[in-house]
Amino acid sequence: MTDLNALTIADARDALRKGDVTSVELTEACLKAADGAKALNAFVHPTHDLALEQAKAADARIKDGEAPAMCGVPLGIKDLFCTRHVPSQAASGILEGFKPEYESTVTRQLFESGAVMLGKLNMDEFAMGSSNETSVYGDVVNPWKVDDAQRTPGGSSGGSAAAVAADLCLAATGTDTGGSIRQPAAFTGTVGLKPTYGRCSRWGIVAFASSLDQAGPMTKTVRDAAIMLQAMAGHDPKDSTSADIPVPDFESMLTGDIRGKTIGIPKEYHMEGMPAEIEALWTDGRKMLQDAGAKIVDISLPHTKYALPAYYVIAPAEASSNLARYDGVRFGHRAKLAQGDGITEMYEKTRAEGFGDEVKRRVMVGTYVLSAGFYDAYYNRARKVRTLIKKDFEDVFAQGVDAILTPATPSAAFPLGAMTDADPVQMYLNDVFTVTVNLAGLPGIAVPAGLDGQGLPLGLQLIGRPWEEGDLLNTAYALEQSAGFVSKPDKWW
Amino acid sequence: MSIDLDTARRVAHLARIAVPEEDLPALADEFNAILGFIEQLQEVDVEGVEPMTGVTPMRLKRREDVVTDGGMPDKVLANAPDAREGFFAVPKVVE
Repeated sequence: MTDLNALTIADARDALRKGDVTSVELTEACLKAADGAKALNAFVHPTHDLALEQAKAADARIKDGEAPAMCGVPLGIKDLFCTRHVPSQAASGILEGFKPEYESTVTRQLFESGAVMLGKLNMDEFAMGSSNETSVYGDVVNPWKVDDAQRTPGGSSGGSAAAVAADLCLAATGTDTGGSIRQPAAFTGTVGLKPTYGRCSRWGIVAFASSLDQAGPMTKTVRDAAIMLQAMAGHDPKDSTSADIPVPDFESMLTGDIRGKTIGIPKEYHMEGMPAEIEALWTDGRKMLQDAGAKIVDISLPHTKYALPAYYVIAPAEASSNLARYDGVRFGHRAKLAQGDGITEMYEKTRAEGFGDEVKRRVMVGTYVLSAGFYDAYYNRARKVRTLIKKDFEDVFAQGVDAILTPATPSAAFPLGAMTDADPVQMYLNDVFTVTVNLAGLPGIAVPAGLDGQGLPLGLQLIGRPWEEGDLLNTAYALEQSAGFVSKPDKWW
Repeated sequence: MSIDLDTARRVAHLARIAVPEEDLPALADEFNAILGFIEQLQEVDVEGVEPMTGVTPMRLKRREDVVTDGGMPDKVLANAPDAREGFFAVPKVVE
């Protein structure tokens, strides 16, 4: 029998329903695994008592019959989600001590479906980072280890990815603004789905860049992503951008049959200097989908090159506006003031003390590109380029392409600290394959597809049509079956 | 476009983030690296292209203009660093 904490959501659901296991047993196994994994620094606010309380309630509900699929499933929750009366800091010093009086819509829906929260998970501060090195709680360590180096789990949902990969939970929530679900999933050999913009409510999730942010599941399998998305998705009157359209039964769409589907391979994603192993993995993925009966076509997404620069105008601009609320007045940290300090000094000192370097940098870049005289040259131009990037995708979908296959990341997980001396732009390049998807509002999924020469996991990304997560998940399911990725990190922690 | 120390100082103030004078040169360098990167956008022909306002084409929902929530000052103030007599307290703002 697999250790209980290593179960998938689907297997746990079946075992719970059969009465082979209880949610309390599952939850205790996960809490024990999490308590023994301090070296990974994934869980930063454990919620043992709440978890056991929720697990007992779930067991009672399962006994009564008709419990939803997520009932009794222990999850980790990214610190970006506001959870009632539980610290919710977005891994920032400026939200030190903040305990929301409300519950985010996504976590509320998960809890209403019976899911159990084990605790809050580490992340990059305000979801700004690609290596989980900007957190006020310190770095998360990737459970994958092939030499002496401690590696990044990716970011910003690094705690979520590490916790899922190390079997500290059955699955976790993540959020993705430029690749923050898919890049860490690829770095840890797990599955990460960013849904279509508007599929999941953003209400109660600490905002980074509101036109790009989207929550999604981080899981051990594609099936689990389908099950968990089902519980997270749906219209919410409290988020005016959440879509009022039906949520299909995603799991029932997993047939593995992709015969007749058209998969596009975008030529612009062949990057100069891309490691040969990534190219080879991409070629393998192409062949796997072809062997499964899909038609493979070469496509062009001509504005791909401009996605990252457009993102690094739009995201900081929105962040500078969203993060204006951290002013030391309503919640979180307030700086100690000197004699004679007024309100401006209070703002300036509070924000200087509370924000980390990367957050400050992005807030200031955003302030600059929105300032008088530069708004048109930078911000408006970036929004026009975003229109063109979205049109690139619309054009290929109009030509009959059902999904697009790309690498998920330009490298495998790199050692923590490797980018310390690089300029910020080097770190931004991590998101080169994922950021286009956010700009176009599309669903995208990272699926583990192989190991590199050192034994580190590598992922492939599939991009789908808007609102067709079901079809995308099915293609991902076919890819997952062909790739047959079953490796797990050796436990060293 | 190159950011000098005065611009870095001005942007930090606009963002209401205190930056010590000695940190401004490094900050200006980082701005320049990032702005150098986003400068590529100038190459793109955007003639006649509408700037994106919403990524999903949908009409925003409307609702009745009525109060739907509120009446919970204790909860609103629960996380305030300084709350007194049902209000947020801040340093003096009017002379």
